[in-house]
Amino acid sequence: MSFEVDVAKRLGEAEIAVSFASDAGVTALFGPSGSGKSSILNMIAGLLTPDRGRIAVGGQTLFGEGVNLPPEARHAGYVFQDGRLFPHLKVRANLLYGAGQGETAVTLKEVVDLLGLGALLDRWPRTLSGGEAQRVAIGRALLSNPRFLLLDEPLASLDRARADEIMTMIERVRDALKLPILYVSHNRAEVDRLAGQVVAIRR
Amino acid sequence: MILTPDDWEVIRLSLKVAIVGVVLTLPVAFALAYVLARGRFPGRILLDAVVHLPLVLPPVVTGWILLILFGRAGPIGGWLDRAFGVTLMFRWTGAALAAAVMALPLMVRAMRLSIEAVDRRLEGAARSLGASPWRAFRTVTLPLSLPGVWAGLVLGFARSLGEFGATISFVSNIPGQTRTLPIAIYTALQLPDGDSTIVRLALVSVALSLGALIASEWLVRRQGGRAHVL
Repeated sequence: MSFEVDVAKRLGEAEIAVSFASDAGVTALFGPSGSGKSSILNMIAGLLTPDRGRIAVGGQTLFGEGVNLPPEARHAGYVFQDGRLFPHLKVRANLLYGAGQGETAVTLKEVVDLLGLGALLDRWPRTLSGGEAQRVAIGRALLSNPRFLLLDEPLASLDRARADEIMTMIERVRDALKLPILYVSHNRAEVDRLAGQVVAIRR
Repeated sequence: MILTPDDWEVIRLSLKVAIVGVVLTLPVAFALAYVLARGRFPGRILLDAVVHLPLVLPPVVTGWILLILFGRAGPIGGWLDRAFGVTLMFRWTGAALAAAVMALPLMVRAMRLSIEAVDRRLEGAARSLGASPWRAFRTVTLPLSLPGVWAGLVLGFARSLGEFGATISFVSNIPGQTRTLPIAIYTALQLPDGDSTIVRLALVSVALSLGALIASEWLVRRQGGRAHVL
């Protein structure tokens, strides 16, 4: 199984409860905005603690059964909806932030070629367009030696042409690196194109 | 305008007192700012109030409290004397302590605003990329709050240069030890022929404060920061 998730969390008035297991390359979490999709990703990444339940990815338990790994031990490649690049670091330093000292499954050069980042390496994040920032965020996540990818509406802030370009990148990553991907979206067309399994989230 | 050897002694002493006071306060101020910005614990409001006390108390009262605590018979001063043979009374080190205490609230305020402005979601991003809490602090929180650190240093330095009330009541007015710029100007005001000394030292004060502000603005700009002191 790539993702086994069965968690519940109360956030203010809202109760988030989700349970699914998936063995697809790309699993989509599909549902309207405000249905708690980002909170579910945060729980899987370790940035939000569920009230109860269990999370396992690729057979490894990240949460539950007495386990609660800190975010840095979960090896999630998390691409946030807003990119969330470090504003005080240039693109190159952003890309290498999670790369560490040891061997990485992919090299900087491979990521730069895959995502077309060559011209951006010496730029500051604030000078990037939405699509460029999103590509850098994907590259940064890939270079952190992830065991799986969490993509939170990576196309939400982009126009049609850019969105199509990023989707092609994601397909390339899916086919080249064989990492389990959890993809959050409220767009039916994206989900149909990318995902092998769809988990519908209701409000 | 030509400065006399006495003027130079006052200037050197003032710079020494202000720089030592502010540099030693820096880690304390940053730690307090971080705790006040991020911590949720009982007594936080009380800690906040105590840190701000020197800002609202008459400086003479702050100086008197320092005298009680750090005097040779005081609980802290007595211990320093017995344990290390260190005394702060009537010494420049006591003037530096008075400057530090008076500068603390301004430094904490500037740094705290800057820490509160750091997007905590960036720290989450750092953690998800494999950073320990300490590395996330060192590589994300700290550099992003640097503009506030610079602002706090400059405000603290300027406040220390101008420190008068707490210093004169804590460590008095000793030439070469505790007679800093404002105290030297005050002393000259008491003298019938002090006018030219006052003019010289006042101009030096303006130049030093202005220089500090411009230097910090330059530092912030050079880092590409968006927060400004000026």
